[in-house]
Amino acid sequence: MSWLDRVRNTLPFLARREVPENLWIKCPRCDEMVFTREYAENLSVCPRCDHHGRIGADERLRQVLDEGFALLPTPAVREDPLKFRDQKRYTERLKQARAKSAHADAFVVAVGAIEGRPATVGVQDFGFMGGSMGLAVGAAFCAGADDALRNRRPYIVFTAAGGARMQEGILSLMQMPKTTVMVRRLREAGLPYIVVLTDPTTGGVTASYAMLGDVQIAEPGALIGFAGQRVIQETIREKLPENFQRAEYLLEHGMIDMVVKRSELRPTLARILDYLAPHTG
Amino acid sequence: MQSFLEFEKPVAQLQARIEELRAAGGACSADIEDEVSQLEAKSHELLVRTYANLTPWQKTQVARHPRRPHFADLVAHGFEDFVPLAGDRAFADDQAILGGFARLQGRRIMLIGHEKGHDTQSRVRHNFGMAKPEGYRKAIRLMDLAGRFGLPVVTLVDTSGAFPGVEAEERGQAEAIARCTEACLALPVPLVAAVVGEGGSGGAVALASADRVLMFEHAVYSVISPEGCASILWRTAEKAPDAAEAMKVGAKDLLQAGVIDRIVDEPLGGAHRDPVAAAVSMASAIAEELGALVGLAPSTLRRNREDRFLRIGG
Ligand SMILES: [Zn+2]
Repeated sequence: MSWLDRVRNTLPFLARREVPENLWIKCPRCDEMVFTREYAENLSVCPRCDHHGRIGADERLRQVLDEGFALLPTPAVREDPLKFRDQKRYTERLKQARAKSAHADAFVVAVGAIEGRPATVGVQDFGFMGGSMGLAVGAAFCAGADDALRNRRPYIVFTAAGGARMQEGILSLMQMPKTTVMVRRLREAGLPYIVVLTDPTTGGVTASYAMLGDVQIAEPGALIGFAGQRVIQETIREKLPENFQRAEYLLEHGMIDMVVKRSELRPTLARILDYLAPHTG
Repeated sequence: MQSFLEFEKPVAQLQARIEELRAAGGACSADIEDEVSQLEAKSHELLVRTYANLTPWQKTQVARHPRRPHFADLVAHGFEDFVPLAGDRAFADDQAILGGFARLQGRRIMLIGHEKGHDTQSRVRHNFGMAKPEGYRKAIRLMDLAGRFGLPVVTLVDTSGAFPGVEAEERGQAEAIARCTEACLALPVPLVAAVVGEGGSGGAVALASADRVLMFEHAVYSVISPEGCASILWRTAEKAPDAAEAMKVGAKDLLQAGVIDRIVDEPLGGAHRDPVAAAVSMASAIAEELGALVGLAPSTLRRNREDRFLRIGG
């Protein structure tokens, strides 16, 4: 059974029902109409122009891990520590995000294997409040690192975030040093920490664990940066360079090791793990 | 010339009246003397009351006051024998982050901090305190140097944020900040950080991932500027006062949240009214905190520092 078949077969019932064969979707890049099922089978990558669509945590885990992976429990954190309210209550925004998601927040950790190589895998979900980093994301990232440390497994993290969870104020900022502590511990333990930057990864997430990988991979076309493009444009009042803050631009400027197509991620991660993972020959 | 903030208008009016009386009467009339001293008492009382009840947005104004003592003033009045060290050895010397050897009450230290500048020319030179990757890489280099020679590190944080620009992104702003935070956490020597003005986002935390974090009474420290937060969540920067309130950017709230460890009082009416006194009290608070850390084993320091950040918010 090919890997693609396996991915197809592990699509849960619900996902299948939501992807009837007679539906088309329009590719946001090339505007081509693509069969939804063909798109899903192609790992949510446009078969015409290779645009890598954003995917949720569950789909990512199914694509990357061998069958039979298990989700780690979500760490409990203080909810709405600031009693934050803008035009809407933060608790209300959380409730809405949870209604649309299978998870309690924007970071999910699973343990499993990639082509037979054990790994702890964390996935940040842009679909959940823009993947923003607050106490829950920080705690889940750390729980994944803890799991990797305890079981001497590599830690692989797929990043995606608009930035910090502003509704948690300074506590969201404090997740930067907090997650960095765990990256340092992995390093001290001699365990590989591999980052896969996905579209988009910006702000405080980029300026902490997303840029501290032993190997830095990015998906094609992913937007990766510290400052938002609108803010930069307002500051410098010039046209931004072509491809600015895209994966290929970062590669060109020496900021990442490689840009890897989604279809090549599994074998690429497996090859890297063969060099870095503990107890391999 | 004293420059007044918007919310200080009543004080400014009283001060103007005092000036008027003085100019009109000279020092000869006892009546005028009397009125002047009454008005001065009133003005003093008003200043006390105003500054005891600053809103988070008003504090933001004070923290950004153009006359607020910056790195150079704090160094001049709070530290001795500053020996500036320059450059990241890779690209440039970023003047938005300064650093070098210094003495604090006789103790040899490494001093690093943001500098905003005090007039148009110097503000441009220091890029308004908004550092680029080379600034953070200079800080990393200096921390590494301090670690190898056993010099405790003191950082003075005062930035609206890391510079948002094309070149900064191109040279890896995010990576530089991440590595700088990591360098703080890796230090085998004590690290005391003081948020002296604005603690803006990742550009601040990169120098503030410390054993002890102090904060001036009217400084602010936040994940995003109130204007930035307001323009995203309220869809207009005009709601910045609401955003400052909601994000709890002031020292008291941050102390309660365990994000900072100590508040350093400012002279009446804010540090800008007496920069020398402000510098002296900040320096002596830092010296006290350092004193409690010096002599701890590198592994103990690191472990405590790590625990500090793992605990926050829990
Ligand atoms: Zn397409």
